[in-house]
Amino acid sequence: MVTHNNPQNDSEVKIQTNHLNFYYGAVQALFDISMNISARQVTAFIGPSGCGKSTLLRTLNRMNDTIDIARVEGEVFIDGRDIYKDDVNVVDLRKKVGMVFQKSNPFPKSIFENIAYGPRIHGIRNKKELGGIVETSLKGAGLWDEVKDRLNDNAMGLSGGQQQRLCIARALAVGPEILLMDEPASALDPKSTTRVEDLIGELRETYTIVIVTHNMQQASRVSDYTAFFYEGSLIEYDYTKKIFTNPGEKQTEDYITGRFG
Amino acid sequence: MSRHLQKDIEALKEKIIAMGGLVEDRVYQATISIINRDKALAQAVINGDEEIDTIDVSIDEESMKLLALYQPVAIDLRFIVAVMKINNDLERVGDLAVNIAERSAFLATRDPIEFPFDLRAMAEKAEDMLTRSIDAFINLDVKEAYRIRSEDDQVDAYNREMYARIKDDLLNQPENINGLLHAVSIGRHLERIADHATNIAEEVIYLVQARIVRHRPEVFKE
Amino acid sequence: MKNRPFEILIKNLLRATTYCIVIFIGYILFDIIRKGLPAINWEFISGFPRKSGSEGGIFPAIVGTLYLLFGTMLTALPLGIASAVYLSEYARQTLFTRSIRLAIITLAGVPSIVFGLFGLGMFVIFFGFGASILAGSLTLACMVLPTIIVASEEALRAVPQSLREGSLALGATQWQTIWKNVLPYSLSGMLTGSILGIGRAAGETAPILLTVAAFFLPKLPQSIFDQVMALPYHLYILATQHPEAHKVRPLQYGTALVLLALVISLSSGAMLLRSYFRRKYRW
Repeated sequence: MVTHNNPQNDSEVKIQTNHLNFYYGAVQALFDISMNISARQVTAFIGPSGCGKSTLLRTLNRMNDTIDIARVEGEVFIDGRDIYKDDVNVVDLRKKVGMVFQKSNPFPKSIFENIAYGPRIHGIRNKKELGGIVETSLKGAGLWDEVKDRLNDNAMGLSGGQQQRLCIARALAVGPEILLMDEPASALDPKSTTRVEDLIGELRETYTIVIVTHNMQQASRVSDYTAFFYEGSLIEYDYTKKIFTNPGEKQTEDYITGRFG
Repeated sequence: MSRHLQKDIEALKEKIIAMGGLVEDRVYQATISIINRDKALAQAVINGDEEIDTIDVSIDEESMKLLALYQPVAIDLRFIVAVMKINNDLERVGDLAVNIAERSAFLATRDPIEFPFDLRAMAEKAEDMLTRSIDAFINLDVKEAYRIRSEDDQVDAYNREMYARIKDDLLNQPENINGLLHAVSIGRHLERIADHATNIAEEVIYLVQARIVRHRPEVFKE
Repeated sequence: MKNRPFEILIKNLLRATTYCIVIFIGYILFDIIRKGLPAINWEFISGFPRKSGSEGGIFPAIVGTLYLLFGTMLTALPLGIASAVYLSEYARQTLFTRSIRLAIITLAGVPSIVFGLFGLGMFVIFFGFGASILAGSLTLACMVLPTIIVASEEALRAVPQSLREGSLALGATQWQTIWKNVLPYSLSGMLTGSILGIGRAAGETAPILLTVAAFFLPKLPQSIFDQVMALPYHLYILATQHPEAHKVRPLQYGTALVLLALVISLSSGAMLLRSYFRRKYRW
């Protein structure tokens, strides 16, 4: 029941799902999802609670592998390669596809150690190199100026908005091409939310961003494309400005105007 | 949350419908006052403009409020934007009715003149288009809106006819110039009322179909 | 507002209960200290026993207990923590793993004499270690293993899942995640629980009765295959088997006091360690 699927014919496809079905044990959570996500654009997943948007997001970097009873059918292509094929190195995949979680989860280490965690894992030991990466990442997340003099302070002492930007910097430090954000600003105050949204706007130039949000205004402010999900199915997927001025499906319109959900 | 918005939207709809009715009456009264040379009626129309202006402002303020507080999207957004634009058009029509009434008041003090066009027919046509455009809005009737758009030509035809005859009359009866000029004015006002009715029809099309058909005369069908 | 008197009553009842317990324990401690202190002197602590333990010191017993403690820790800590890590981080929640957990918890309640018999049969006889520090340590290790595993699992579970997910999302493997982002934060809990458990083992008589302890061994052990004296066993014999029980009463209390001091310092050590790790890995 999808209209206007894969609206962008003129831009490069970074991620593609092909008849993706997802199960938690016997319960099916995603039904036949086929969509293309464009490179260096922001795509928003919206829909009521339980519609599967977070589940779909997590299939894109195989975070669902941590759940015993999770099962995937269908294909997910990133840069043309199916990430669920047996020979795929999940570690490399997660280097390429970074994730920022809903509730910011800074590690109880120093700010420096937080950012350096990823690069260290992937073998970078040289102090100078690490220092450079930390600085670049913090600058990329718009946090450098605020913390450059206290990189050795415990990250848990930062404010909520700063912590979330720290998590973004941490994700950037491993050099991903894609950023997955699960409700990145839902726990933040309005000012921090604006900063994170502005940041997303800047990051868009370099990274492909997929963001899950239940805040429709955020989706409309921040994204180029919006996909509306309901009960595990993709209902509509189109340019954001079309979805919010004149959606094709009544269900979409009912949801975004608040008539349900 | 959405319930409040729906209630407020309903209230806004009532307001604009009332405004529409008011403006229709004014136009009708203005043209009747010419035909009947009724100065008092003309004066009443002129005085009544304040009422229209008050409602115009209140509709604008209410619309702004809804946009700011609710950040509506999709059909709700298009509705409020349409209301604001229709409001604008209706207010202009109200002004045009006043202009006609002013001419009427003046003409009533002079000797009757012969109009270089069929005043009654043109007035009826313009009023009819206005009424139907407001109805199309109330009923969200896109077909009717497209029809109204296509009828604008007819009124323009009347207008051209008027100019043609005026040229003749001026040449033949130059002493009537004053009266003729007033007649021309009235004709132009009526033509512009028809234009506004067409605008309203186009706004209805946008509201329903999210198609902007302004400035695109070739789009006559859905 | 109506039940205000009830609230006050409950609060005071609970307070009274707590004070009673504290007073009771305090009395026991006080009693031991009062009766044991006179027996404590340098000779007692550093000297060897003479005349079947009715004179002299308990130095070998202290050393023996310490060796056993050390041996138990060396065996039980790594094994226990490793099991806890496996159960908590790797094992899937199947019927099998649930039975394992049930077995572990059951084991925690097995009487210490049963462990003693097991140690006798398994380590002393079957493996042929004889009554030795080795057999004793292994037996005690079996006894404290459930405690360590449970405490460690709790500590691991207390680490929020978000830390693991954050690490995995950055491309770390499961082991990298555990080693760098889970274990450091569970250390304090693991060590606290484990050391407290081992401290209890220090005072157990039954397991060492059959596997290692000797009553009168006036020399220090040379290897792990040697028998050894131990404080709890020494106290047991002094109190029950000694022909001149009443004469050696002060020695009994002295031994008890030393044992108590040992356990208390172990617990204090555990507390200190815990606050150290808490401060280091604040989360």
